[in-house]
Order: sequence, then structure tokens, then C-alpha cells
Amino acid sequence: MINLTPSVYEKELREVYGELLFKYATEDSRIVVLNADLARSDGTLKFKELFPDRFIDVGVAEANMMGIAAGLANVGLIPITHTFTPFSTRRAFDQITISIAYADLPVKMMGTDPGVTAELNGGTHMSFEDAGIMRNLPNITIVEPADAVQFKAMFEQIIYYPKPIYVRMYRRRKEKFFEEGIEFKIGKITTLKDGKDITIICSGLMVGQAMIATQMLEKEGISVKLLNMHTLKPVDEEAIIDAAKQTGRIIVAENHSIINGWGSAVAEVLAENYPVVMKRIGVRDHFGEVGLTDFLLRKYKMTAEDIYKTALDLLKG
Amino acid sequence: MNLTHEEIRFLKKKATLIRMITIEMIGKLGVGHIGGSLSIAEVLAVLYYKVMRIDPKNPKWEDRDKFVLSKGHAGPALYSVLADLGYFPYEWIDTLNRPNTNLPSHCDRLKTPGVDMTAGSLGQGLSAAVGMALGGKILKKDFYVYALIGDGESQEGQIWEAAMFAAHNKLNNLIAFTDYNKMQIDGYIHEINNLEPLVDKWRAFNWNVIEVDGHNVEEIYNAIMNGKEQKDKPTMIILHTIKGRGAYFAEGKITCHNMPIKEEEWKTAVEMLRKERDEI
Repeated sequence: MINLTPSVYEKELREVYGELLFKYATEDSRIVVLNADLARSDGTLKFKELFPDRFIDVGVAEANMMGIAAGLANVGLIPITHTFTPFSTRRAFDQITISIAYADLPVKMMGTDPGVTAELNGGTHMSFEDAGIMRNLPNITIVEPADAVQFKAMFEQIIYYPKPIYVRMYRRRKEKFFEEGIEFKIGKITTLKDGKDITIICSGLMVGQAMIATQMLEKEGISVKLLNMHTLKPVDEEAIIDAAKQTGRIIVAENHSIINGWGSAVAEVLAENYPVVMKRIGVRDHFGEVGLTDFLLRKYKMTAEDIYKTALDLLKG
Repeated sequence: MNLTHEEIRFLKKKATLIRMITIEMIGKLGVGHIGGSLSIAEVLAVLYYKVMRIDPKNPKWEDRDKFVLSKGHAGPALYSVLADLGYFPYEWIDTLNRPNTNLPSHCDRLKTPGVDMTAGSLGQGLSAAVGMALGGKILKKDFYVYALIGDGESQEGQIWEAAMFAAHNKLNNLIAFTDYNKMQIDGYIHEINNLEPLVDKWRAFNWNVIEVDGHNVEEIYNAIMNGKEQKDKPTMIILHTIKGRGAYFAEGKITCHNMPIKEEEWKTAVEMLRKERDEI
């Protein structure tokens, strides 16, 4: 069993990301980094100094960035685009749809500051729909590494993924949920803890809240199965159905709108295969606003306490 | 080096052949994007039968020159060329837009051998071409990327995002064309949303700009050669064209973007072009 107490990583994710990029780009000259005027904030500016020929800043033009990335992938390079989640998805959605997904060109799209972690950039930059709209596109894979450890464990899979992939990236966060050495596989749910009374499925930032909620429930003698659904698409149906069979109750906690995100994906699998009672913890159909992460989690009822209470309600039947 | 008299004759014949196949292909279906397909026959002839470094037997050859038909609805014209060059069995032209076809109305790189980029949602192909040209620079390869955009398409903002970037990055391995047939679905360009001064716009975006008669293979060829001599600029060749060129029932008609075609019309048009080709 893994440690369920979140701690703090020694550096921000973007710093770890910059190091990973450097390591892999040194060995593989096909890796190309694209930015739309946010390199200073997403950890890739150093890449510009080290590999100036493979660093492309398109300026404030996300649609063009996606099209250029498609062209780069078309001639055999490995393009990685970077911008905030809303501009990495909805701003360039038709370009992603046609030039990348429909054309099936394996562009890697990094969407930074997912959900409430957009914090003081507020509602315009706080996308709760990014993964949801991307989920609708064929050929697209969606992953959300929750911390630096998970990002490191998935980096190579992401970079060499043969299809277009959208990555929710917590660039400024320092939470540490996982211990070094843990393995994750794109498309496969990771079991963090087994249990028999209730399942909590979590992703990204909500891994921390779900871990704390699990501890609170276990203290009361409730056996919790905790799953990390780091891949929103393709959905690991088998793991979800197994969890439903084993525990009969499921909570999904996501840093995203409850519409068309992780909760919706799980609900679809359950409804078609093995219906059990379930609840979704997430953003309930409203826009974001300025605020620090902890404040927004409380305001939107997405804390460990909220998960805990929801679990108790479900267990009461 | 200029085209020889024989080469000019050959390319003119090929342009006419492209029109014949295109008209037959769309005619057999009874409806299609005939106008914007027929306006680009000459530029396709010059590119595919003279300029581009390609191998129809090896359509994915890494070092080949690339062509992006950003106005993807003109696919039938490109399919005519690819069929004639043997990229796929000639019989495929009878499958245009029919169930399970490999020749869809808009270009699809996954379906059609020889199609280098998927396009159809207007404004996107130029960005992809820019990426391919930039990729060529990064990979230190000497292939050229050719892109063909529409005039109506030039109303899309993304075209100008790509234009700005290509010039900033001195992509002299990118040669683009505008099919300036002056018409779009809803009417004349200058009445819907005027592009003029179009040459000035591209110059202001720091491109090497050349205006030619888009139905003159010699002018097109010379403009491409001029583009290839550029050291630090991408080239935009504005092709002054006539929409529906070569099909008597479509040529110059505002309704010819995507029109129904009667059997008698396409058969007559093909026969007229056959005679014209024999006289070249």
C-alpha cells in the first residue's frame, strides 16, 4: 500500500519538466518545443538557450501554433505545444480537431494550470471544460499527471505516444502525492489502495483531497478503494467495472466540470455495464473566478471534507 | 532556366487533362466543387509535372517536396493529378464522394496516397505548411513546401497568423499560392469582404510577392523559380484565375462553387476540352 499523506516536492513541476525536456531533447533531436508567448512561465525558456533551433515561439497565436505543430509532426518531428488549458483547447479547438486529431498527427499538447489552479488569472483562464471538449474528439488521448513524480513516470510515454495527446500540467504546483519508483501506464487506472466499502476515483489535484478523505473514512472503519484515473481517455473500463463490482459505490473527484469530465466518463461506463450508485465531486456548471486553490476548493465544495461527507451519504444509502 | 516550347505545350496539355478528369469525376457524381477545382489546373500541372521532387511509387518519401491544398474542397483537381501520375489506381476517380471512397470531397492525408495534408476547415493548411517548412529547416532537409490557399479562405485570421510567422522565420523553402478567382460562395470577394490591396498585404507581411496570370504555365513556372531564389523570404504567388475555367457551364458563374451538373453538360465539356487539348 502506498503512503496516503500528501507532502511537498522539492521544486515546482515546471522545473522538473524543464529538466525532463532537456534530458530527452539531448538524446532525441526530433523533440521540438512550441510556445505561444508563455515560455517564461511554463518552464521551457531554458530550452530556448539550449536548443534554439528547436524552440519555436509563435507569439500570441495559439491556432497557428497548433497548425504549425501539425506540420512539424507531419515531417517526422515530435512537437510539444504549451499554453494555458483554455488556450490549449477551446481557443484552438478547430485546429486541434482538423489539423491534429482528424489528420491523426501525434502532437503533444501541454495545457498548463488546469481547473482551479489557474488561481489569480481568474475566470478567463480557468478552464473547467478543457478535458471535456477534448474528450469528444476521436484520436485524442487525455492524461493528467498529478505531481512531479507521476509526471516523471509518464513523461517518456507521453513524448513517444503515437497519437495526439493532451496533457493537463500543474506547472506551478509542488504537491507530492506519490513515492519515487511508482509506475503508471497511459490508459490504465492505478490502484492506490484496495478496499471493499466504497471506491473513490480521483485525478490530478484531487488526488490529494481524495487521499485525505480516504484516511478520514478509514479512521471510521470504512474500507476505501482508491483509484487514480490519470488517463481520462481512453477510459479503463475494466478497472471501473471491477471497482463497481467490488464496492458497489463510487465517488469521482475531479478538478474539472462534472459535465463531460472524469465523473461523466465513469458514469457512462457504469450505466452501460454495471450500474451502481455514484456521486461526482467537481465544478458544478459555473465559471471560475480569481482565488487561491484552497479557497476555490472550499468554495466549490471539492475538499477532502466534501468527499468524506459525500461518501458517508452514499454509505447510508 | 525558362521552360522550352515543348515543356509549355506539355504542361498546357496536362492542365487541360486535369480539367477533363476533374469534370468527369464531379460530373459522374452529379454535383461538386467544380469552380475552385478548375481554377487551379495550371498551377497543379506546373508543380506536379515539372517542379516538384516527388516519387508516385513512394508517396511517403521523406525528402519529397510537399504540397498542401489548404482550400481542401478543390480535392478533385488534385485527385486528377494523382490518378494520372499513378499514386493510386485510375479507376478510383469514379469513387469520388461515394461510400467508403478514398477520395473524399476535402483532402484527407490518411485516405489518399499522395495527399500530404488534411484540409477542409479553411485557414488551416497554411499553418501546417509553415510547420512542414520549418520542420524541413530543423531537419536540415532541402525539400520545398508548396501551399495553395483560396481567396475566400484569406478572410480567415489564421492565414495572417501563419503569414506573419513564416516571414519572421525566413521560410524561403515555402512557396504559397493564392487562387484569386475573385469569387466565394456568397458572391464576389470584393462585395462580401474585400481582400484588396492583396499584393500590398502580403508585401506588408514581408513576403516575396509575385502576381501572375494563373492560367499561364510559363508565368507560374517563372514565379516559382523566382521563389526558389529567395534567401530569406517565403514567396506568395497570386494567381489571377477564373473560377470554373474550362467548363462552359460553370466558367465565371458565381454559382459554380459547388453546383449540380447534368450528364450532357459534363460530357460536352470534356469533349470540348479534348479538342482544345489536341490543338495545343
